[in-house]
Amino acid sequence: MIHAAERADFDLIASWVKPGERVLDLGCGDGSLLKRLIEERGAYGYGIEREEAGVLAAIAQGINVIQGDLEQGLAGFDDGTFNHVVLSRTLQTVRHTERLLTEMLRVGREAVVSFPNFAYWKNRMAVMSGRMPVSEDLPYEWFETPNLRFFTLLDFESLCAKMRLVIRERQVLDESGHLIIEEPNFLGSLAVYRLGR
Amino acid sequence: MMSVGLVLPQQAHFSSPLVLKSGALLPSFDLLYETYGTLNAAKSNAILVCHALSGHHHVAGYYADQNDNIGWWDNIIGPGRPLDTDCFFIVGVNNLGGCHGSTGPASINPATGRHWGADFPVVTVEDWVETQSRLADVLGIDAWAAVIGGSLGGMQALQWTLSFPERVRHSLVIAASAKLSAENIAFNEIARQAILSDPDFHGGNYYAHDVRPLNGLRLARMLGHITYLSDEQMAEKFGRRQRPGAGSYSFDVEFEIESYLRYQGDKFAGLFDANTYLRMTRALDYFDPALAYDGQLAAALAPARASFLVIAFSTDWRFAPFRSREIVHALVHNGQPVAYAESNCAHGHDSFLMEDAYYHAVVAAYLQRITL
Repeated sequence: MIHAAERADFDLIASWVKPGERVLDLGCGDGSLLKRLIEERGAYGYGIEREEAGVLAAIAQGINVIQGDLEQGLAGFDDGTFNHVVLSRTLQTVRHTERLLTEMLRVGREAVVSFPNFAYWKNRMAVMSGRMPVSEDLPYEWFETPNLRFFTLLDFESLCAKMRLVIRERQVLDESGHLIIEEPNFLGSLAVYRLGR
Repeated sequence: MMSVGLVLPQQAHFSSPLVLKSGALLPSFDLLYETYGTLNAAKSNAILVCHALSGHHHVAGYYADQNDNIGWWDNIIGPGRPLDTDCFFIVGVNNLGGCHGSTGPASINPATGRHWGADFPVVTVEDWVETQSRLADVLGIDAWAAVIGGSLGGMQALQWTLSFPERVRHSLVIAASAKLSAENIAFNEIARQAILSDPDFHGGNYYAHDVRPLNGLRLARMLGHITYLSDEQMAEKFGRRQRPGAGSYSFDVEFEIESYLRYQGDKFAGLFDANTYLRMTRALDYFDPALAYDGQLAAALAPARASFLVIAFSTDWRFAPFRSREIVHALVHNGQPVAYAESNCAHGHDSFLMEDAYYHAVVAAYLQRITL
Protein backbone atom coordinates (compact mmCIF):
# COMPACT_ATOMS: atom_id res chain seq x y z
CA MET A 1 0.00 0.00 0.00
CA ILE A 2 1.54 3.26 -1.10
CA HIS A 3 -0.04 6.56 -0.12
CA ALA A 4 0.96 10.20 -0.31
CA ALA A 5 3.06 10.32 2.84
CA GLU A 6 4.95 7.18 1.94
CA ARG A 7 5.90 8.72 -1.37
CA ALA A 8 7.12 11.69 0.60
CA ASP A 9 9.60 9.59 2.58
CA PHE A 10 10.59 7.89 -0.69
CA ASP A 11 11.30 11.40 -2.09
CA LEU A 12 13.66 12.10 0.80
CA ILE A 13 15.41 8.75 0.57
CA ALA A 14 15.77 9.12 -3.21
CA SER A 15 17.36 12.54 -2.75
CA TRP A 16 20.04 11.00 -0.52
CA VAL A 17 21.08 8.30 -2.99
CA LYS A 18 23.70 9.13 -5.62
CA PRO A 19 24.14 7.45 -8.99
CA GLY A 20 26.00 4.16 -8.83
CA GLU A 21 25.53 3.75 -5.10
CA ARG A 22 24.58 0.38 -3.73
CA VAL A 23 21.40 0.16 -1.67
CA LEU A 24 19.89 -2.59 0.48
CA ASP A 25 16.18 -2.10 1.18
CA LEU A 26 15.00 -4.09 4.19
CA GLY A 27 11.36 -5.15 4.01
CA CYS A 28 11.25 -3.99 0.40
CA GLY A 29 7.71 -5.20 -0.32
CA ASP A 30 7.05 -5.16 -4.05
CA GLY A 31 10.30 -3.29 -4.65
CA SER A 32 8.73 0.10 -5.49
CA LEU A 33 11.37 2.14 -3.67
CA LEU A 34 14.25 0.19 -5.21
CA LYS A 35 12.70 0.47 -8.66
CA ARG A 36 12.55 4.22 -8.17
CA LEU A 37 16.14 4.44 -6.89
CA ILE A 38 17.32 2.40 -9.86
CA GLU A 39 15.31 4.25 -12.50
CA GLU A 40 15.56 7.82 -11.16
CA ARG A 41 18.83 7.78 -9.25
CA GLY A 42 20.87 5.20 -11.17
CA ALA A 43 21.44 3.25 -7.99
CA TYR A 44 22.04 -0.46 -7.78
CA GLY A 45 20.22 -2.42 -5.18
CA TYR A 46 18.87 -5.44 -3.43
CA GLY A 47 15.81 -5.89 -1.28
CA ILE A 48 14.94 -8.26 1.50
CA GLU A 49 11.32 -9.32 1.87
CA ARG A 50 9.69 -11.98 4.01
CA GLU A 51 6.23 -12.28 2.46
CA GLU A 52 5.62 -14.40 -0.64
CA ALA A 53 3.33 -11.82 -2.25
CA GLY A 54 6.02 -9.13 -1.94
CA VAL A 55 8.77 -11.40 -3.30
CA LEU A 56 6.63 -12.38 -6.28
CA ALA A 57 5.70 -8.78 -7.06
CA ALA A 58 9.33 -7.67 -6.73
CA ILE A 59 10.54 -10.44 -9.04
CA ALA A 60 7.85 -9.44 -11.55
CA GLN A 61 9.32 -5.89 -11.43
CA GLY A 62 12.81 -7.23 -12.07
CA ILE A 63 14.04 -6.34 -8.58
CA ASN A 64 16.93 -8.19 -6.92
CA VAL A 65 14.78 -9.42 -4.06
CA ILE A 66 16.05 -11.86 -1.47
CA GLN A 67 13.44 -13.70 0.55
CA GLY A 68 14.30 -13.64 4.22
CA ASP A 69 13.30 -12.62 7.73
CA LEU A 70 14.92 -9.51 9.20
CA GLU A 71 14.62 -11.01 12.66
CA GLN A 72 17.37 -13.43 11.61
CA GLY A 73 19.72 -10.47 11.12
CA LEU A 74 21.78 -9.93 8.01
CA ALA A 75 24.13 -12.89 8.37
CA GLY A 76 25.89 -13.69 5.13
CA PHE A 77 26.04 -10.08 3.96
CA ASP A 78 29.59 -8.83 4.15
CA ASP A 79 30.66 -5.76 6.14
CA GLY A 80 30.44 -2.46 4.30
CA THR A 81 28.77 -3.91 1.18
CA PHE A 82 26.24 -1.07 0.79
CA ASN A 83 26.28 2.72 0.70
CA HIS A 84 22.80 2.87 2.21
CA VAL A 85 20.75 0.30 4.08
CA VAL A 86 17.11 1.40 4.12
CA LEU A 87 14.49 0.41 6.64
CA SER A 88 11.33 2.19 5.58
CA ARG A 89 8.35 2.02 7.97
CA THR A 90 9.50 -1.34 9.28
CA LEU A 91 11.52 -0.73 12.48
CA GLN A 92 8.29 -0.70 14.52
CA THR A 93 7.52 -4.27 13.35
CA VAL A 94 10.89 -5.71 14.36
CA ARG A 95 11.48 -7.52 17.65
CA HIS A 96 15.29 -7.35 17.71
CA THR A 97 15.57 -3.60 17.30
CA GLU A 98 19.13 -3.00 18.46
CA ARG A 99 20.52 -6.02 16.67
CA LEU A 100 18.96 -4.93 13.40
CA LEU A 101 20.28 -1.36 13.70
CA THR A 102 23.73 -2.73 14.46
CA GLU A 103 23.53 -5.09 11.51
CA MET A 104 22.43 -2.27 9.19
CA LEU A 105 25.53 -0.26 10.06
CA ARG A 106 27.70 -3.34 9.74
CA VAL A 107 26.70 -4.12 6.14
CA GLY A 108 26.15 -0.48 5.17
CA ARG A 109 28.00 2.79 5.63
CA GLU A 110 24.72 4.58 6.28
CA ALA A 111 21.41 3.44 7.72
CA VAL A 112 18.26 5.18 6.53
CA VAL A 113 15.40 4.58 8.93
CA SER A 114 11.84 5.86 8.74
CA PHE A 115 9.10 5.16 11.28
CA PRO A 116 5.74 6.49 12.46
CA ASN A 117 5.99 8.89 15.38
CA PHE A 118 3.75 7.70 18.20
CA ALA A 119 3.91 11.15 19.79
CA TYR A 120 2.30 12.84 16.75
CA TRP A 121 -0.42 15.13 18.11
CA LYS A 122 -3.28 13.19 16.52
CA ASN A 123 -1.98 9.98 18.11
CA ARG A 124 -1.77 11.76 21.48
CA MET A 125 -5.35 12.97 20.99
CA ALA A 126 -6.52 9.46 20.20
CA VAL A 127 -4.92 8.08 23.36
CA MET A 128 -6.23 11.02 25.40
CA SER A 129 -9.73 10.19 24.19
CA GLY A 130 -9.17 6.59 25.23
CA ARG A 131 -8.47 4.89 21.90
CA MET A 132 -5.34 3.56 20.21
CA PRO A 133 -4.45 5.78 17.24
CA VAL A 134 -5.27 4.87 13.66
CA SER A 135 -3.80 7.32 11.16
CA GLU A 136 -2.17 7.67 7.75
CA ASP A 137 1.14 6.46 9.17
CA LEU A 138 -0.32 4.05 11.76
CA PRO A 139 -3.03 2.58 9.56
CA TYR A 140 -3.91 -0.54 11.55
CA GLU A 141 -6.40 -1.39 14.26
CA TRP A 142 -4.71 -2.68 17.42
CA PHE A 143 -5.87 -6.26 16.81
CA GLU A 144 -4.44 -6.53 13.30
CA THR A 145 -1.34 -4.37 13.46
CA PRO A 146 2.04 -5.85 12.50
CA ASN A 147 3.61 -3.17 14.70
CA LEU A 148 5.33 -4.48 17.81
CA ARG A 149 7.00 -1.29 19.02
CA PHE A 150 5.46 2.13 19.58
CA PHE A 151 8.00 4.89 20.01
CA THR A 152 8.63 8.56 19.41
CA LEU A 153 11.37 10.72 17.95
CA LEU A 154 12.73 11.32 21.44
CA ASP A 155 12.68 7.59 22.24
CA PHE A 156 14.51 6.76 19.05
CA GLU A 157 17.12 9.47 19.53
CA SER A 158 17.82 8.29 23.05
CA LEU A 159 18.35 4.76 21.70
CA CYS A 160 20.74 6.17 19.09
CA ALA A 161 22.67 7.93 21.86
CA LYS A 162 22.81 4.75 23.92
CA MET A 163 24.05 2.77 20.89
CA ARG A 164 26.45 5.60 19.94
CA LEU A 165 24.88 5.96 16.49
CA VAL A 166 25.46 9.31 14.82
CA ILE A 167 22.37 11.07 13.51
CA ARG A 168 23.57 12.64 10.26
CA GLU A 169 20.24 14.05 9.23
CA ARG A 170 16.64 14.02 10.38
CA GLN A 171 13.55 14.96 8.40
CA VAL A 172 10.06 14.90 9.83
CA LEU A 173 6.81 14.83 7.83
CA ASP A 174 3.18 15.37 8.63
CA GLU A 175 0.42 13.10 7.40
CA SER A 176 0.30 14.89 4.04
CA GLY A 177 4.02 14.51 3.55
CA HIS A 178 4.91 18.14 4.29
CA LEU A 179 8.20 18.81 6.04
CA ILE A 180 7.85 19.78 9.70
CA ILE A 181 10.46 22.09 11.23
CA GLU A 182 8.91 23.29 14.51
CA GLU A 183 7.95 20.89 17.31
CA PRO A 184 8.69 17.78 15.26
CA ASN A 185 7.86 15.33 18.06
CA PHE A 186 4.41 16.89 18.31
CA LEU A 187 3.62 17.87 14.71
CA GLY A 188 5.48 15.09 12.87
CA SER A 189 3.73 11.90 11.84
CA LEU A 190 6.67 10.20 10.13
CA ALA A 191 10.37 10.56 10.84
CA VAL A 192 13.22 9.78 8.44
CA TYR A 193 16.78 9.51 9.77
CA ARG A 194 20.21 9.05 8.25
CA LEU A 195 22.44 7.27 10.72
CA GLY A 196 26.13 6.51 10.74
CA ARG A 197 28.83 5.32 13.08
CA MET B 1 -2.22 -24.80 -19.10
CA MET B 2 -1.34 -27.81 -21.17
CA SER B 3 1.32 -30.41 -21.68
CA VAL B 4 3.57 -30.13 -24.72
CA GLY B 5 1.97 -33.41 -25.83
CA LEU B 6 3.68 -35.79 -28.21
CA VAL B 7 7.47 -35.47 -28.32
CA LEU B 8 10.36 -37.19 -30.11
CA PRO B 9 13.90 -37.69 -28.87
CA GLN B 10 16.70 -36.62 -31.22
CA GLN B 11 20.33 -37.58 -31.39
CA ALA B 12 23.39 -35.42 -32.05
CA HIS B 13 26.72 -37.01 -32.93
CA PHE B 14 29.95 -35.22 -32.03
CA SER B 15 32.97 -36.53 -33.89
CA SER B 16 35.63 -34.15 -32.61
CA PRO B 17 37.50 -35.44 -29.58
CA LEU B 18 36.60 -34.25 -26.11
CA VAL B 19 39.22 -33.87 -23.40
CA LEU B 20 37.54 -34.28 -20.04
CA LYS B 21 38.47 -32.48 -16.85
CA SER B 22 40.10 -35.71 -15.63
CA GLY B 23 42.43 -35.61 -18.65
CA ALA B 24 40.70 -38.61 -20.25
CA LEU B 25 39.86 -38.31 -23.94
CA LEU B 26 36.65 -39.35 -25.66
CA PRO B 27 37.20 -39.63 -29.42
CA SER B 28 33.50 -39.05 -30.17
CA PHE B 29 30.17 -39.12 -28.42
CA ASP B 30 26.42 -38.88 -28.88
CA LEU B 31 23.90 -36.83 -26.94
CA LEU B 32 20.18 -37.52 -26.88
CA TYR B 33 17.98 -34.47 -26.54
CA GLU B 34 14.42 -33.26 -26.91
CA THR B 35 13.07 -29.82 -27.77
CA TYR B 36 9.74 -28.18 -27.03
CA GLY B 37 8.39 -24.98 -28.55
CA THR B 38 9.90 -23.06 -31.46
CA LEU B 39 13.27 -21.36 -31.72
CA ASN B 40 12.64 -17.77 -32.80
CA ALA B 41 14.42 -16.13 -35.73
CA ALA B 42 16.86 -14.30 -33.46
CA LYS B 43 17.52 -17.60 -31.60
CA SER B 44 17.16 -15.64 -28.40
CA ASN B 45 14.40 -17.66 -26.70
CA ALA B 46 16.20 -20.91 -25.90
CA ILE B 47 16.16 -22.41 -22.41
CA LEU B 48 18.35 -25.36 -21.47
CA VAL B 49 17.00 -27.72 -18.82
CA CYS B 50 19.75 -29.61 -16.98
CA HIS B 51 18.86 -32.84 -15.25
CA ALA B 52 19.73 -34.16 -11.82
CA LEU B 53 21.16 -37.50 -10.76
CA SER B 54 18.57 -39.80 -12.30
CA GLY B 55 17.12 -37.51 -14.98
CA HIS B 56 17.47 -37.50 -18.73
CA HIS B 57 16.44 -35.73 -21.93
CA HIS B 58 12.76 -36.68 -21.70
CA VAL B 59 11.78 -33.62 -19.67
CA ALA B 60 8.22 -33.01 -20.88
CA GLY B 61 5.44 -34.54 -22.98
CA TYR B 62 5.02 -38.21 -23.83
CA TYR B 63 5.96 -40.66 -26.57
CA ALA B 64 3.60 -41.95 -29.27
CA ASP B 65 4.18 -45.56 -28.29
CA GLN B 66 4.23 -44.87 -24.53
CA ASN B 67 1.38 -42.62 -23.41
CA ASP B 68 2.31 -43.09 -19.77
CA ASN B 69 6.00 -42.21 -20.22
CA ILE B 70 5.62 -38.57 -19.22
CA GLY B 71 8.69 -36.33 -18.97
CA TRP B 72 10.19 -35.91 -15.49
CA TRP B 73 9.48 -32.15 -15.29
CA ASP B 74 6.30 -32.04 -17.37
CA ASN B 75 4.42 -29.97 -14.78
CA ILE B 76 6.58 -26.87 -15.39
CA ILE B 77 6.85 -26.99 -19.21
CA GLY B 78 4.12 -26.33 -21.77
CA PRO B 79 1.82 -23.65 -23.15
CA GLY B 80 0.93 -21.33 -20.25
CA ARG B 81 3.20 -23.14 -17.80
CA PRO B 82 6.18 -21.40 -16.15
CA LEU B 83 8.55 -22.60 -18.89
CA ASP B 84 6.06 -21.42 -21.49
CA THR B 85 6.50 -23.16 -24.83
CA ASP B 86 4.44 -20.39 -26.47
CA CYS B 87 7.41 -18.07 -25.76
CA PHE B 88 10.43 -20.28 -25.26
CA PHE B 89 12.30 -22.99 -27.11
CA ILE B 90 13.20 -25.55 -24.48
CA VAL B 91 15.99 -28.11 -24.75
CA GLY B 92 16.42 -31.18 -22.55
CA VAL B 93 19.56 -33.29 -22.88
CA ASN B 94 20.74 -36.58 -21.46
CA ASN B 95 24.15 -35.94 -19.97
CA LEU B 96 27.33 -37.60 -21.11
CA GLY B 97 27.83 -40.76 -19.07
CA GLY B 98 24.10 -41.22 -18.74
CA CYS B 99 22.11 -44.32 -19.49
CA HIS B 100 19.21 -43.04 -21.56
CA GLY B 101 20.80 -42.92 -24.98
CA SER B 102 23.73 -40.49 -24.66
CA THR B 103 27.18 -42.04 -24.70
CA GLY B 104 27.86 -43.66 -21.35
CA PRO B 105 29.34 -46.70 -19.64
CA ALA B 106 26.76 -49.02 -21.21
CA SER B 107 27.60 -47.76 -24.73
CA ILE B 108 29.96 -49.62 -27.04
CA ASN B 109 33.55 -48.37 -26.96
CA PRO B 110 34.49 -47.98 -30.65
CA ALA B 111 38.11 -48.84 -29.81
CA THR B 112 37.26 -52.29 -28.41
CA GLY B 113 33.85 -53.12 -29.82
CA ARG B 114 32.75 -53.90 -26.27
CA HIS B 115 30.81 -52.00 -23.61
CA TRP B 116 32.82 -49.18 -22.06
CA GLY B 117 32.03 -50.43 -18.55
CA ALA B 118 34.76 -49.58 -16.05
CA ASP B 119 36.77 -47.82 -18.79
CA PHE B 120 34.24 -45.06 -19.22
CA PRO B 121 35.84 -41.99 -17.65
CA VAL B 122 34.56 -40.10 -14.63
CA VAL B 123 32.73 -37.04 -15.93
CA THR B 124 32.24 -33.73 -14.14
CA VAL B 125 29.73 -30.91 -14.11
CA GLU B 126 32.25 -28.88 -16.16
CA ASP B 127 32.40 -31.69 -18.74
CA TRP B 128 28.63 -31.74 -19.03
CA VAL B 129 28.51 -28.00 -19.59
CA GLU B 130 31.18 -28.34 -22.28
CA THR B 131 29.18 -31.06 -24.09
CA GLN B 132 25.96 -29.05 -23.71
CA SER B 133 27.72 -26.07 -25.31
CA ARG B 134 28.54 -28.25 -28.30
CA LEU B 135 24.86 -29.16 -28.56
CA ALA B 136 24.04 -25.43 -28.42
CA ASP B 137 26.45 -24.96 -31.36
CA VAL B 138 24.60 -27.64 -33.33
CA LEU B 139 21.25 -25.97 -32.58
CA GLY B 140 22.63 -22.56 -33.58
CA ILE B 141 22.13 -21.09 -30.12
CA ASP B 142 24.80 -18.49 -29.31
CA ALA B 143 23.42 -17.66 -25.88
CA TRP B 144 20.71 -19.29 -23.78
CA ALA B 145 17.94 -17.02 -22.61
CA ALA B 146 18.16 -19.18 -19.49
CA VAL B 147 19.72 -22.33 -18.15
CA ILE B 148 17.66 -24.00 -15.44
CA GLY B 149 18.10 -27.02 -13.23
CA GLY B 150 17.31 -28.50 -9.84
CA SER B 151 19.82 -30.21 -7.52
CA LEU B 152 22.72 -31.49 -9.68
CA GLY B 153 20.94 -29.72 -12.56
CA GLY B 154 21.21 -26.47 -10.62
CA MET B 155 24.96 -26.99 -10.34
CA GLN B 156 25.11 -27.17 -14.15
CA ALA B 157 23.02 -24.00 -14.41
CA LEU B 158 25.60 -22.34 -12.13
CA GLN B 159 28.62 -23.79 -13.93
CA TRP B 160 27.28 -22.57 -17.28
CA THR B 161 27.65 -18.97 -16.08
CA LEU B 162 31.30 -19.64 -15.23
CA SER B 163 32.37 -21.78 -18.17
CA PHE B 164 30.56 -19.65 -20.78
CA PRO B 165 29.70 -16.27 -19.20
CA GLU B 166 28.69 -14.78 -22.56
CA ARG B 167 26.44 -17.67 -23.51
CA VAL B 168 23.91 -17.62 -20.67
CA ARG B 169 21.74 -14.61 -19.86
CA HIS B 170 19.84 -16.05 -16.89
CA SER B 171 20.66 -18.90 -14.56
CA LEU B 172 17.98 -20.57 -12.44
CA VAL B 173 19.66 -22.53 -9.66
CA ILE B 174 17.06 -24.56 -7.74
CA ALA B 175 17.48 -26.76 -4.65
CA ALA B 176 21.21 -26.78 -5.26
CA SER B 177 24.48 -25.98 -3.56
CA ALA B 178 27.83 -24.59 -4.60
CA LYS B 179 29.44 -27.75 -3.22
CA LEU B 180 28.58 -30.91 -1.33
CA SER B 181 29.01 -31.10 2.41
CA ALA B 182 30.85 -33.96 4.11
CA GLU B 183 27.44 -35.42 4.96
CA ASN B 184 26.34 -35.24 1.32
CA ILE B 185 29.52 -37.01 0.21
CA ALA B 186 29.06 -39.58 2.96
CA PHE B 187 25.62 -40.52 1.64
CA ASN B 188 27.06 -40.77 -1.88
CA GLU B 189 29.86 -43.01 -0.62
CA ILE B 190 27.42 -45.46 0.97
CA ALA B 191 25.44 -45.54 -2.28
CA ARG B 192 28.61 -46.28 -4.22
CA GLN B 193 29.73 -48.94 -1.74
CA ALA B 194 26.37 -50.67 -2.14
CA ILE B 195 27.05 -50.93 -5.89
CA LEU B 196 30.80 -51.65 -5.71
CA SER B 197 30.31 -54.47 -3.19
CA ASP B 198 27.56 -56.20 -5.17
CA PRO B 199 29.02 -59.54 -6.45
CA ASP B 200 27.35 -58.86 -9.79
CA PHE B 201 29.32 -55.61 -10.24
CA HIS B 202 32.42 -57.37 -11.65
CA GLY B 203 34.58 -54.27 -11.38
CA GLY B 204 32.13 -52.36 -13.56
CA ASN B 205 32.31 -54.85 -16.45
CA TYR B 206 29.09 -56.67 -15.61
CA TYR B 207 27.73 -56.27 -19.14
CA ALA B 208 30.18 -58.96 -20.31
CA HIS B 209 28.85 -61.31 -17.62
CA ASP B 210 25.27 -60.70 -18.68
CA VAL B 211 24.34 -59.62 -15.15
CA ARG B 212 23.73 -56.29 -13.45
CA PRO B 213 24.41 -55.25 -9.85
CA LEU B 214 20.71 -54.83 -9.22
CA ASN B 215 20.90 -55.32 -5.48
CA GLY B 216 23.58 -52.69 -5.02
CA LEU B 217 21.79 -50.20 -7.23
CA ARG B 218 18.53 -50.89 -5.40
CA LEU B 219 20.18 -50.18 -2.03
CA ALA B 220 21.82 -47.04 -3.41
CA ARG B 221 18.46 -45.74 -4.58
CA MET B 222 16.69 -46.63 -1.32
CA LEU B 223 19.28 -44.64 0.58
CA GLY B 224 19.21 -41.75 -1.87
CA HIS B 225 15.44 -41.66 -1.80
CA ILE B 226 15.38 -41.03 1.94
CA THR B 227 17.51 -37.95 1.43
CA TYR B 228 15.07 -36.60 -1.16
CA LEU B 229 12.11 -36.64 1.24
CA SER B 230 11.38 -34.68 4.39
CA ASP B 231 10.80 -36.25 7.80
CA GLU B 232 7.51 -34.38 7.99
CA GLN B 233 6.30 -35.67 4.65
CA MET B 234 7.36 -39.27 5.39
CA ALA B 235 5.48 -39.08 8.68
CA GLU B 236 2.41 -37.83 6.88
CA LYS B 237 2.58 -40.28 3.98
CA PHE B 238 3.62 -43.43 5.87
CA GLY B 239 3.86 -42.75 9.55
CA ARG B 240 4.22 -46.07 11.34
CA ARG B 241 1.50 -47.70 9.28
CA GLN B 242 2.00 -51.42 8.92
CA ARG B 243 1.37 -53.93 6.18
CA PRO B 244 -1.08 -56.83 6.56
CA GLY B 245 0.55 -59.61 8.54
CA ALA B 246 2.92 -57.26 10.34
CA GLY B 247 4.09 -57.97 13.86
CA SER B 248 5.31 -61.45 13.00
CA TYR B 249 8.74 -60.80 14.54
CA SER B 250 10.38 -61.26 11.16
CA PHE B 251 12.47 -59.15 8.82
CA ASP B 252 9.91 -59.18 6.04
CA VAL B 253 8.25 -55.99 4.94
CA GLU B 254 6.21 -54.91 7.94
CA PHE B 255 6.01 -51.13 7.70
CA GLU B 256 4.61 -49.19 4.75
CA ILE B 257 7.80 -47.15 4.46
CA GLU B 258 9.78 -50.38 3.93
CA SER B 259 7.42 -51.42 1.18
CA TYR B 260 7.68 -48.01 -0.44
CA LEU B 261 11.48 -47.93 -0.38
CA ARG B 262 11.74 -51.46 -1.76
CA TYR B 263 9.33 -50.55 -4.55
CA GLN B 264 11.30 -47.41 -5.40
CA GLY B 265 14.58 -49.34 -5.27
CA ASP B 266 13.32 -52.13 -7.51
CA LYS B 267 11.77 -49.77 -10.01
CA PHE B 268 14.94 -47.70 -10.26
CA ALA B 269 17.32 -50.66 -10.46
CA GLY B 270 15.32 -52.04 -13.37
CA LEU B 271 15.72 -48.84 -15.37
CA PHE B 272 19.09 -47.33 -14.43
CA ASP B 273 22.70 -48.28 -15.00
CA ALA B 274 24.93 -48.74 -11.96
CA ASN B 275 28.03 -47.36 -13.69
CA THR B 276 26.11 -44.20 -14.51
CA TYR B 277 24.97 -43.92 -10.89
CA LEU B 278 28.57 -44.11 -9.69
CA ARG B 279 29.62 -41.34 -12.08
CA MET B 280 26.68 -39.07 -11.32
CA THR B 281 27.41 -39.20 -7.59
CA ARG B 282 31.09 -38.52 -8.22
CA ALA B 283 30.24 -35.51 -10.37
CA LEU B 284 28.26 -34.22 -7.41
CA ASP B 285 31.17 -34.81 -5.01
CA TYR B 286 33.70 -33.06 -7.22
CA PHE B 287 31.61 -29.96 -7.95
CA ASP B 288 33.23 -27.06 -6.11
CA PRO B 289 33.84 -23.96 -8.23
CA ALA B 290 35.37 -22.16 -5.23
CA LEU B 291 38.12 -24.76 -4.83
CA ALA B 292 40.40 -22.98 -7.30
CA TYR B 293 39.81 -19.69 -5.44
CA ASP B 294 40.92 -20.69 -1.96
CA GLY B 295 37.32 -21.54 -1.09
CA GLN B 296 36.17 -18.00 -1.87
CA LEU B 297 32.84 -18.53 -3.64
CA ALA B 298 32.44 -14.83 -4.47
CA ALA B 299 35.75 -14.88 -6.33
CA ALA B 300 34.70 -18.03 -8.17
CA LEU B 301 31.39 -16.51 -9.27
CA ALA B 302 32.84 -13.15 -10.28
CA PRO B 303 33.25 -14.08 -13.99
CA ALA B 304 29.51 -14.75 -14.36
CA ARG B 305 27.59 -12.27 -16.52
CA ALA B 306 24.16 -13.84 -16.04
CA SER B 307 21.29 -12.75 -13.84
CA PHE B 308 20.42 -15.36 -11.25
CA LEU B 309 17.28 -16.75 -9.69
CA VAL B 310 18.09 -19.00 -6.75
CA ILE B 311 15.30 -21.05 -5.17
CA ALA B 312 15.43 -23.25 -2.07
CA PHE B 313 12.88 -25.27 -0.11
CA SER B 314 12.57 -24.99 3.65
CA THR B 315 11.99 -28.75 4.06
CA ASP B 316 15.05 -29.70 1.96
CA TRP B 317 17.73 -31.05 4.28
CA ARG B 318 19.91 -32.51 1.53
CA PHE B 319 20.62 -29.00 0.18
CA ALA B 320 19.09 -26.87 2.89
CA PRO B 321 18.23 -23.20 2.18
CA PHE B 322 21.42 -21.91 3.81
CA ARG B 323 23.40 -23.64 1.06
CA SER B 324 21.46 -21.65 -1.54
CA ARG B 325 21.94 -18.47 0.47
CA GLU B 326 25.72 -18.98 0.25
CA ILE B 327 25.38 -18.61 -3.51
CA VAL B 328 23.11 -15.58 -3.11
CA HIS B 329 25.47 -13.84 -0.70
CA ALA B 330 28.47 -14.46 -2.92
CA LEU B 331 26.60 -12.85 -5.82
CA VAL B 332 25.49 -9.91 -3.65
CA HIS B 333 29.08 -9.47 -2.51
CA ASN B 334 30.06 -9.07 -6.17
CA GLY B 335 27.11 -6.81 -6.97
CA GLN B 336 25.73 -9.39 -9.42
CA PRO B 337 22.00 -9.52 -10.10
CA VAL B 338 20.18 -12.20 -8.12
CA ALA B 339 16.73 -12.91 -6.75
CA TYR B 340 16.15 -15.54 -4.10
CA ALA B 341 12.93 -17.26 -3.09
CA GLU B 342 12.31 -19.87 -0.43
CA SER B 343 9.26 -22.11 -0.69
CA ASN B 344 7.61 -24.00 2.14
CA CYS B 345 6.74 -26.94 -0.11
CA ALA B 346 6.63 -30.01 2.15
CA HIS B 347 8.38 -32.46 -0.16
CA GLY B 348 11.98 -31.99 0.97
CA HIS B 349 14.65 -32.01 -1.74
CA ASP B 350 12.12 -33.47 -4.21
CA SER B 351 10.09 -30.25 -3.90
CA PHE B 352 11.83 -28.91 -6.99
CA LEU B 353 9.91 -31.48 -9.05
CA MET B 354 6.56 -30.68 -7.44
CA GLU B 355 3.82 -28.37 -8.63
CA ASP B 356 4.07 -25.96 -5.70
CA ALA B 357 2.03 -22.84 -6.51
CA TYR B 358 4.45 -20.27 -5.06
CA TYR B 359 7.56 -21.90 -6.49
CA HIS B 360 6.04 -22.14 -9.95
CA ALA B 361 4.73 -18.57 -9.75
CA VAL B 362 8.26 -17.34 -8.92
CA VAL B 363 9.78 -19.16 -11.90
CA ALA B 364 7.00 -17.88 -14.19
CA ALA B 365 7.34 -14.27 -12.97
CA TYR B 366 11.11 -14.38 -13.41
CA LEU B 367 11.03 -15.85 -16.91
CA GLN B 368 8.31 -13.43 -18.05
CA ARG B 369 10.79 -10.58 -17.50
CA ILE B 370 13.27 -12.00 -19.97
CA THR B 371 13.53 -9.95 -23.15
CA LEU B 372 13.51 -12.16 -26.21
